[in-house]
Amino acid sequence: MSQGPEQRNPRTGRTVGRLVLGGLAMFGFAFALVPLYDVICEVTGLNGKTGGRYEYVEADAAVDEGRVVTIRFVTNTNEAMPWAFGARAGGMTVHPGGINEAIFYAHNPTSQVMVAQTIPSVAPGRAASYFHKTQCFCFDQQVLQPGEAVEMPVRFIVDRDLPESIGTISLSYTMFDVTNTAAGRWALEEARTEAAGGPAAGG
Amino acid sequence: MSAVIDAHHDDHDHGPAKGITRWLYTTNHKDIGSMYLWFSFIMLLVGGVMALIIRAELFQPGLQFVDPALFNQMTTNHGLIMVFGAIMPAFVGLANWMIPMMIGAPDMALPRMNNLSFWILPFAFTMLISTLFMESGGPNFGWTFYAPLSTTYAPESVTYFIFAVHLAGASSIMGAINIIATILNMRAPGMTLMKMPMFVWAWLITAYLLIAVMPVLAGAVTMMLFDIHFGTSFFDAAGGGDPVLFQHVFWFFGHPKVYIMILPAFGIVSHIISTFARKPLFGYDSMVYATSSIAFLSFIVWAHHMFTVGMPLAGELFFMYATMLIAVPTGVKVFNWVSTMWRGSMTFETPMLFALAFVFLFTIGGFSGLMLAIAPADFQYHDTYFVVAHFHYVLVSGALFSIFGAVYFWLPKWTGHMYNESLGKLHFWLSFIGVNLAFFPMHFSGLAGMPRRIPDYALQFADFNAWSTVGAFVFGLPQLLFLWILVQVIRTGKQATAEVWEGAEGLEWTVPSPAPYHTFATPPVVR
Repeated sequence: MSQGPEQRNPRTGRTVGRLVLGGLAMFGFAFALVPLYDVICEVTGLNGKTGGRYEYVEADAAVDEGRVVTIRFVTNTNEAMPWAFGARAGGMTVHPGGINEAIFYAHNPTSQVMVAQTIPSVAPGRAASYFHKTQCFCFDQQVLQPGEAVEMPVRFIVDRDLPESIGTISLSYTMFDVTNTAAGRWALEEARTEAAGGPAAGG
Repeated sequence: MSAVIDAHHDDHDHGPAKGITRWLYTTNHKDIGSMYLWFSFIMLLVGGVMALIIRAELFQPGLQFVDPALFNQMTTNHGLIMVFGAIMPAFVGLANWMIPMMIGAPDMALPRMNNLSFWILPFAFTMLISTLFMESGGPNFGWTFYAPLSTTYAPESVTYFIFAVHLAGASSIMGAINIIATILNMRAPGMTLMKMPMFVWAWLITAYLLIAVMPVLAGAVTMMLFDIHFGTSFFDAAGGGDPVLFQHVFWFFGHPKVYIMILPAFGIVSHIISTFARKPLFGYDSMVYATSSIAFLSFIVWAHHMFTVGMPLAGELFFMYATMLIAVPTGVKVFNWVSTMWRGSMTFETPMLFALAFVFLFTIGGFSGLMLAIAPADFQYHDTYFVVAHFHYVLVSGALFSIFGAVYFWLPKWTGHMYNESLGKLHFWLSFIGVNLAFFPMHFSGLAGMPRRIPDYALQFADFNAWSTVGAFVFGLPQLLFLWILVQVIRTGKQATAEVWEGAEGLEWTVPSPAPYHTFATPPVVR
């Protein structure tokens, strides 16, 4: 470039502009992968992800008495979580279509107010989209005072369309300590307002 | 030295500036190419020392030299430095030196950005390496930095690592933009796309891959940064995130990345084989299409790195067959190289030796890759030394050997001197024997079940590991010989002709050796 002033090909600017846009778009795509991944997991039931609260309708009420499915409960606490957490029964047998209730318990043995969040997972992953929960403690956080214990019901329906090959479904819960996260602080704040007799937050 | 400077003076108004500012402020593609190559060579030695520490520890079962914490840092940084610091910058350096000369352009399209994209790199890697001396230690989560190892359980220095990756990524993206802009807009009149040298084609496709996936890597480390410091939960199950998501995002970047590190090698080897077989490259068009197909396929095979995370059968099958499909265009390339040699009048100078070793050993690496692609078999091989053997065959005897070949091939053009052929051949044979001795036994220790990234192992793996360690040192030490050959050829040596190699084709062989500081100020006409 020693010969006179730089002479840039006018097309170069356009090429560079397009490439920079392409790079930015791919940076955005990396973040788009996050919701995309969730959507794919939810649609296909991959990864054992279960959906949110299931709206019960009367048409579901027909119970398939002729078929029995075994449900097993697996409970874990994440390594830093000191709570006692478990299911009252190790498992149960249910008929597809019927509404069932299982009781879980949690106990906060520490001297701190703590907040927990539980993450569900269903195995085999194929069964996830046939496992409907109408009520679950995993939809909210739990705030427990020091020494407080609580019983938590889960109400669920196993869909009558569950593939014949599935005879047993494992429902796994992992409980995490979220006291120091944004969600945990928010739940604590809400619990404090409620205890003080303030307006109860909507369920 | 003075003769070289005088030669510059005869040809042009002025040569390079004097002193350190020449290198700091330079916008000359040849200067920047040289800096990239020297930088990558220094990184090769740094990463190589780490490899030797790993191999020394693994010479015998039990813990001898380093504690497991340091061992983990060595495996992690060896991988990061070799991938992002040695192989990548070496290819970018070769692109800087050769692409303008091959397409008859006076320089790169964006010379000042070229300077910036190089000078970012020393800062990025100083930042990365400095973490090794911090209280918390450097990155220790493997070069693939899977969350939550790299987020929840990471050493405090992880933020330095994240910014180092950001910087290296920015440098790569700028380099790629520059290369595409140069190739698309600055070719000499008459050089249509399908007349471009293979190295230029390979780099054009590589640069597109870089622009497509380096931002995804930047996104992945940004999410890590947010998880660590700003309370988000991209990869944290407690907050509704998913650690498996990290693996998907990482390998969406990571698989095209391995082709980024091999496509330029395909281009280099095509030039070397056709030159020393004294025949034009066989199947030029099919080479272009094969390279493009490999680039396309690289985007739809990423999950073969994670067969064991619990994918549904349909997913395993899709990624298995898509991966095996890559063997087809790769096979086309190997076929074309062999056909180029068929009935050629071959001679075996050092670049040709490295190119032949590339074809032979890269194919072995390809075959072990096919074995790993078989999903049910991969459950056995996953995270064993078989994987380590596989990717070192494609990256060391593949990518690195092609870089050695390229350096010997173009050194006379860069320096104006012929290198010492006997020493070059010695360097080749020691490297060839060392690489095979180091990495071939790893196939067996891996098949027998030895896991990777562990500083200790069961007694039955002792013999294989002893051989691997001996091989690693046989391969590592001759790289100092390579340094000596480089120093020698820069200082003295037989004057090289413009053509350098009998039968060499391409615009770069039409300019004198050493290539003047400014070439093709007026574009040549390509028929």
